Amino acid sequence: MTKQHPAWSPYDNNGGTCVAIAGADYCVTAADTRMSTGYSILSRDYSKIIKLADKCVMASSGFQADVKALQKLLAARHLIYQHQHNKQMSCPAMGQLLSNTLYYKRFFPYYSFNVLGGLDNEGKGCVYTYDAVGSYERVGYSSQGSGSTLIMPFLDNQLKSPSPLLLPAQDAVTPLSEAEAVDLVKTCFASATERDIYTASFFLFPPSLPLCDGIFVGGDKLEIVVLNKDGIHREYMELRKD
Amino acid sequence: MFRNQYDTDVTTWSPAGRLFQVEYAMEAVKQGSAAIGLRSKTHVVLGCVNKANSELSSHQKKIFKVDDHIGVAIAGLTADGRVLSRYMRSECINYSYTYESPLPVGRLVVQLADKAQVCTQRSWKRPYGVGLLVAGLDEKGAHLYYNCPSGNYFEYQAFAIGSRSQAAKTYLERRFENFSESTREDLIKDALMAIRETLQGETLKSSICTVAVVGAGEPFHILDQETVQKLIDSFDIAGTEEGPAAAPDSAAEGGSAAEGGAASEQGAPADEGVAPMDI
Repeated sequence: MTKQHPAWSPYDNNGGTCVAIAGADYCVTAADTRMSTGYSILSRDYSKIIKLADKCVMASSGFQADVKALQKLLAARHLIYQHQHNKQMSCPAMGQLLSNTLYYKRFFPYYSFNVLGGLDNEGKGCVYTYDAVGSYERVGYSSQGSGSTLIMPFLDNQLKSPSPLLLPAQDAVTPLSEAEAVDLVKTCFASATERDIYTASFFLFPPSLPLCDGIFVGGDKLEIVVLNKDGIHREYMELRKD
Repeated sequence: MFRNQYDTDVTTWSPAGRLFQVEYAMEAVKQGSAAIGLRSKTHVVLGCVNKANSELSSHQKKIFKVDDHIGVAIAGLTADGRVLSRYMRSECINYSYTYESPLPVGRLVVQLADKAQVCTQRSWKRPYGVGLLVAGLDEKGAHLYYNCPSGNYFEYQAFAIGSRSQAAKTYLERRFENFSESTREDLIKDALMAIRETLQGETLKSSICTVAVVGAGEPFHILDQETVQKLIDSFDIAGTEEGPAAAPDSAAEGGSAAEGGAASEQGAPADEGVAPMDI
């Protein structure tokens, strides 16, 4: 007997890619702004990054309806936390909360592939990477989404520290400066968009040139959020529509 | 109100048509330390007197942030107040989650009042022993409500509850007509002066009072001790200096009503010694 397939699925994949890189005292989180379904584009200007707390930012790809529901839930939980503790949630605390929230729906999961970026209690950059049901790990860098298969090996090549078995223990965070990390992220998306149709297209600018005006009006963008001791800074890179 | 045979539980009416347990609950509010609230068109200020059990302990928290646009000051059984604040916060969060917009204050106070009413009609419950001054902003402007253990609620321009609140009420009654047009600073000054009225001659310092503000473009927040002390110092310094200082502020708001406010502020410090303090 042939396998039965459901006539309707509660899920859809809206594509997109997210990346986060942790530095000594900063964290860069980035995502493209394309939202798609099948081979169609739903939006060129949809943000997948949300600020959950002063020191914590989340980027999620996958099914955006589930992502939105997850974001709202975490925001509400953060409010409750603030009322009870009189302070903002730290990134590690939010990391655990996200994991628990995802596992709570273990048997009807949020179709959401998340990457949490921020500063830990000591002010060092931290990145947490998740699967759809809440399995998570603190890492120095990560990517999720349709372009992650293209980006992750590249980041491994550029950022991976030597074996964790070495002594003295090596920090997972990259020794790169903030500006270098932002450039690295732009390079990641440059590669991913060449071959992944779900990740927004890209026209590479030399890092020294300011954001181009005039030539590209509208179109997909790359959203980059940098979190450091001075706060949160959001930057957009204009991309070509294609 | 004396002990009688109709006051044993809340579900017993007296022959005169009174529910004594509810009235006793309202007495509990009068025993708590004072809390005051006043509003203008754009801002609401809450203030309270901090009462500590002993010199060794910290004082009770009487002002709670409920949401960015709503705050509450309580008087009476603070434990009941804490629980009700948690309920209000929860309601605001749930409403925001569903409707992606802030819960209108009027809706919240009705929900609170209904919750209080339930406790006046169940034999296994007791009324909440706390009065709440709910300050909030919504599309219609600034609001100040008073929620009573009886389940009643009223909207006020200014109000005071708790012990020695009559002194504050008298002060507020004299000037409430000007509050609508007050600037934020004048409103806070009036709040501090109202608090001072309840202190019966004790010096007003930031360590024994708490002030919170909510306004258009200004989320609800409790002013820190330093800021409050600076404000106290600035009004304590001199009554005459008040006049010119207040006028430029008021000029921005415009109108003779504000000038009338400034003039009466000049007069008030002089009156301080004369006006009897209500006990």
